[in-house]
Amino acid sequence: MKKFETLTAVAAPLPLINVDTDMIIPARFLKTIKRTGLGKSLFYTLRYDEDGREREDFVLNKPAYKDAEILVTGSNFGCGSSREHAPWALDDFGIRCVIAPDFADIFYSNSFKNGILLIKLPQEDVDKLIEGAERGANATVTVDLENQEIKGPDGGVMSFDLDPFKKYCLLNGLDDIGLSLEKEDQILAFEEKHRAAQPWSY
Amino acid sequence: MSRLTTLYDKIWDAHLVDEREDGTCLLYIDRHLIHEVTSPQAFEGLLNAGRKVRRPDLTLAVADHNVPTSDRSNGVDDDESRIQIETLDKNCADFGVELYGMDDIRQGICHVIGPEQGFTLPGTTMVCGDSHTATHGAFGCLAFGIGTSEVEHTLATQTMVQTKAKNMRVTVDGDLPLGVTAKDMVLAIIGAIGTAGGTGSVVEFAGAAIRNLSMEGRMTVCNMTIEGGARAGIVAPDETTFEYLKGRPKSPKGAAWESAVAYWKTLKTDDGASFDQEIALNASEIVPQVTWGTSPEDVLPITDVVPNPADESDPSRRTKMERSLTYMGLKPGTPLTDIKIDRMFIGSCTNSRIEDMRAAAEVARGRKVADHVDAMVVPGSGLVKEQAEQEGLDQIFIDAGFDWREPGCSMCLAMNADKLMPGERSASTSNRNFEGRQGPGGRTHLVSPAMAAAAAIAGHLTDIRELEAE
Repeated sequence: MKKFETLTAVAAPLPLINVDTDMIIPARFLKTIKRTGLGKSLFYTLRYDEDGREREDFVLNKPAYKDAEILVTGSNFGCGSSREHAPWALDDFGIRCVIAPDFADIFYSNSFKNGILLIKLPQEDVDKLIEGAERGANATVTVDLENQEIKGPDGGVMSFDLDPFKKYCLLNGLDDIGLSLEKEDQILAFEEKHRAAQPWSY
Repeated sequence: MSRLTTLYDKIWDAHLVDEREDGTCLLYIDRHLIHEVTSPQAFEGLLNAGRKVRRPDLTLAVADHNVPTSDRSNGVDDDESRIQIETLDKNCADFGVELYGMDDIRQGICHVIGPEQGFTLPGTTMVCGDSHTATHGAFGCLAFGIGTSEVEHTLATQTMVQTKAKNMRVTVDGDLPLGVTAKDMVLAIIGAIGTAGGTGSVVEFAGAAIRNLSMEGRMTVCNMTIEGGARAGIVAPDETTFEYLKGRPKSPKGAAWESAVAYWKTLKTDDGASFDQEIALNASEIVPQVTWGTSPEDVLPITDVVPNPADESDPSRRTKMERSLTYMGLKPGTPLTDIKIDRMFIGSCTNSRIEDMRAAAEVARGRKVADHVDAMVVPGSGLVKEQAEQEGLDQIFIDAGFDWREPGCSMCLAMNADKLMPGERSASTSNRNFEGRQGPGGRTHLVSPAMAAAAAIAGHLTDIRELEAE
């Protein structure tokens, strides 16, 4: 997994609530056996018209936001399906950080496993960042994971909370399978005890 | 005295392998369902790391999302779909995982076949790379929808990394009126709590109206827990549960059955245990429900009218509402029963079980689908299809002008050939009315199986209670 330390980048505003996983990537693009190449289908319906041409009014199609690596959006982002294709598509497009008042649970977990930092902020802070982001490419934002701080385009600083284990994995680029396999002795001991208590489960 | 605990607490505690100081836990997983769409990258990860499937005996695979629901004796036409299905076949063969192939009568939607085979059991933990894994909570099974990285983690370690969720309880007392079903109940619950109302929580469904539901009804309710944002939904197991599971192929047998039932009977929330959030509904006040917008929370009684964004005070919600109504092609104030439909879909992991087939067939019997409506019925598994055919339900549907198809996820998510055309409007028994969910530009109204069949016959959304009174 990619490490996440500090990111200074353009932030794109997407002031919509309940952006669901079908909006992030429609199901017809899930017919792949790879994790890569999904960026072109990110936000497909918002991004392209019926003839497959880019919609000029969609934020990520505007020249100022083509290189955005941060997305600032409304509450309950990522609701719906468990498809990890949603964070894969964001990552493949180049989005490394999403900021919103809150996120759907499964999407939240999936994103961190792909090196994408999701930040929950109070609505008024999100509103401020959206306002700043609407100024385009000159208004970069810096996200500092170690210090859990966001520096806005005008130098204002906001701090954010994060689960320490997620932070540790992201800062070090650790995939948690390796970490869990270190607990093999505990898993074996649990299995033995569990099999004795609930033999019908085996 | 020991701590008073909820059903969720009990199952959680019984599966805890390790807990870090920061609260991150390693939870043992008893059952893992896999399918063709969210597993290929997980198996690829195992291969690249030289890892094995730790417990293939606790893993069950089936292809469902991508399979055609038309005649499949000549295989799958679509190249990408075929490659996904063949990849699942190969991975299962290579890693020793049991698979119900496309020509197996047991093939079907993973959340239908788990319970049908007795793979889903009370007091167990289950995961699947699909958000509707919440369905299995109907059995008192703690079941989580997970992403592909977590599928890989479970395959490799038979555990998952999680922090403990909050406890939430939804109590539904009273009796459901005639014509009102489990689907209407769960839509009403989502309407009450909102699509993020359960975020960060595991929801226990309780109360007389839940107890009185069949297993099929409880599965419909738990299935849509995710549409309320919750991590899982759960119902305490009881005689209805045991009756359903007894004699299923993978259910415990003989003495093991007796000791399992004795344990399962202990699986309930202690009197006086506290919940972080409690919601109560009265079943007798629930009217058949229908969605009007592009989120499952956009739901109203069928007797209502399309809402007006001007009445919404919150600006973000007003914007979302305006966007939804434009997408849905609806005008505020229109009676919901005036909304004409082009298509009807009965199926999905929410409503494709035998009881759903019976409810829809009861409405279809002796009636005809409206001329302008294309109506399809997709049973949830080969075994549901076989039973429906033994009961003659297929003939009732066919005589009434419904299309009777092969099992799979079908038009719930439009990954196969079953999809809405842009602008087409459907009454659907599935679980999501998101923009484009049933095909780009398609417009979805979520309803119960009986309401879907009634809409197909009337040609527009309709109140099942009026049809039943005829």
